[in-house]
Amino acid sequence: MSKDAQKTPYNPPALEFKSSTFSVPVLVIASNDLLIIEQQLQAKVLLAPEFFKNSPLVLDVQELNKQSVDVDVVAVIEVIRKLGLLPIGIRGGNARQNEQATTLGIPLHSIHTSSTTIDAKKPKTPTPEPETKDLLQTGTTVITHPIRSGQRVYAAGDLVIIAQVSAGTEILAEGNIHVYGTLRGRALAGVQGNTEARIFCSDLQAELISIAGNYKISEDLSQNIRNTPVQIYLDKQTLVIKEI
Amino acid sequence: MARIIVVTSGKGGVGKTTTSAAIAMGLAKKGHKTAVIDFDVGLRNLDLIMGCERRVVYDFINVINGEASLNQALIKDKNCNLLYILAASQTRDKDALSQEGVGKVLDDLSKDFKYIICDSPAGIERGAHLAMYFADDAFVVTNPEVSSVRDSDRMLGILSSKSRRAEQNKEPIKEYLLLTRYSPERVKLGEMLSVEDVQEILSLHLLGVVPESKSVLNASNSGIPVILDEKSDAGQAYADIVARYLGENKPHRFIDDKKGFFGKLFGGK
Ligand SMILES: Nc1ncnc2c1ncn2[C@@H]1O[C@H](COP(=O)(O)OP(=O)(O)OP(=O)(O)O)[C@@H](O)[C@H]1O
Ligand SMILES: [Mg+2]
Repeated sequence: MSKDAQKTPYNPPALEFKSSTFSVPVLVIASNDLLIIEQQLQAKVLLAPEFFKNSPLVLDVQELNKQSVDVDVVAVIEVIRKLGLLPIGIRGGNARQNEQATTLGIPLHSIHTSSTTIDAKKPKTPTPEPETKDLLQTGTTVITHPIRSGQRVYAAGDLVIIAQVSAGTEILAEGNIHVYGTLRGRALAGVQGNTEARIFCSDLQAELISIAGNYKISEDLSQNIRNTPVQIYLDKQTLVIKEI
Repeated sequence: MARIIVVTSGKGGVGKTTTSAAIAMGLAKKGHKTAVIDFDVGLRNLDLIMGCERRVVYDFINVINGEASLNQALIKDKNCNLLYILAASQTRDKDALSQEGVGKVLDDLSKDFKYIICDSPAGIERGAHLAMYFADDAFVVTNPEVSSVRDSDRMLGILSSKSRRAEQNKEPIKEYLLLTRYSPERVKLGEMLSVEDVQEILSLHLLGVVPESKSVLNASNSGIPVILDEKSDAGQAYADIVARYLGENKPHRFIDDKKGFFGKLFGGK
C-alpha cells in the first residue's frame, strides 16, 4: 500500500484542518456528593440508554465554584465513565480542577466561547435572554416520515414530526417536541434540563414521556388522556398532561 | 432494467417464502421474465416450495464466488418458462454473501429480467440486510399479531434508512403491506388484529390480504406455488396481489368472515 503511494507522482496531503461545530451534552453538577451524582446520572442514563451509550459529554462545574463548593473532578469523571459516557471536556473549573482534568487528558472549555458562537448565529440585535433559553434556541428539526420501531431521533432544538412515531422508538429534543400523528414511542423533551420544554401530540399512546428528566411511563398514563390530542408540560417538577 | 422486489418481514415464519414463490410465479404467468432468489443461506427452502430441489447444481453463493456462471445456476421453472430460480446454499455460512457480490449478481440479472424477487431470511442481520439493500420495492409480509407487526415496523425503519436508495438519497423504496395468514373468524374472537388495526399501526399501503389456508401447505408439499391452485382462496389472494401490483384495480377480498351473513342474522353486534 505505502509502496504504491510512493510510486504515484501526485501526493495529495494526508491531512487537512477543518472547522466544525458539534452539539455535545453538558453535564452541569450542582452537588459535590459523588453518590448522589452517580444515582441521578444513572437515572438519566436509564431513561435513554441508547442515546447516552458512549455519548460524549462536557462536565460543567461552574455552579459549584460559584458557591465555593469544592468537588473532586477526578472522581466525578470516573463516575461518568463508569456509566458509559465519554467526558471530552470540562468547563467552569478552578485552576486545580483544570490541572487535574488536563492530567486525565480532558481538554478545557471556556464558558464564553459556547455562548458567543450561539449568539453569532442570531439576528443582528440579540435580545438579552436568560442563559438557559439562550442555549436552547438552536432551531427546529422537521421530520415528515414515520419514525419506525428501533429508530432514534435527537434534535438540538425543537423537534417537529409530521407523521406517526411507532412503538419501540425514542425521540429526544433539547427543546419542545411536536408530533402531528400518533405518538407510540418514548418522547423526551428538554433533555438538557430545559424545564420549560413541552410535548405536543395529536394522539397520545406513548411508552414514556419525559420533560427535563421528569418522566411517566405508559402504565402511569390515565385512560382518559390516552388516544387524545394533548400537551405535556412541567409544573414544579410535576408532569401535567392536558387535553388540547 | 429490472425492478427488484424484496419480500421481507423481520419476524420468521410469517410466509415470506410462500409469498416470494407465489408472486414470482404470478408475475411470470403475466408474461414478465422473473427471477426469484433465495437469500436464506444455510436454510434453503425456496427450492422446495418451487419443487426444484432435485435440480439444484449450483447456487447463489457459487455465482458470487465465481464458481459458476449465472446461466449455470439459474434453474428454469417446470411450470413456467419465464420463471427462474436461484437457490441458496445449504452448506455455506452466511458470511459468504458479500454486498459487492450480491450487487454484481443483481446487476447482471437486471439486464435480462423484468422482475427480481429477493426472498429474505428472517431477522435483521446480514442476510436480511443484503436482501433488501438493492430493492426498489418492498413487500412487507405481516401476520395479524402484535409481535409480527412490531417487527415489520422495525423492518420499515431499516428499509427507509439503510438501503442503497436511502444511502444515495434516491427516491425511497416503495413499501407495500401484505397481511398473510389472516383469519376473519379469529379476528372476530379478538384473537388476532384486524386489517384496520394493522394498518393503523403501520400506516402502509395494503397490497392484499392472504387468508390462513390449508391450500398453502398442500401446495408446498407438492412443490407448486399456491398461486397455481386457482381454486384456492390463498391462490386467488396472491393472484389479486400480483394484479394490484401491476396496476389493476381489484377490490380487497378475504377480509370479512365468510359466515358474516349468518353471524349478522343470528346475534352478534
Ligand atoms: N396463508 C397461509 N395459510 C396457512 N399457512 C401458511 C400461510 N402462509 C404461510 N403458511 C405456512 O407458514 C409456514 C411458514 O411459511 P414460510 O416458510 O413461507 O415463511 P417464511 O416467512 O419464509 O419463514 P422463514 O422466516 O423461516 O423464512 C409454512 O409452514 C407455511 O406453509
Ligand atoms: Mg423463508
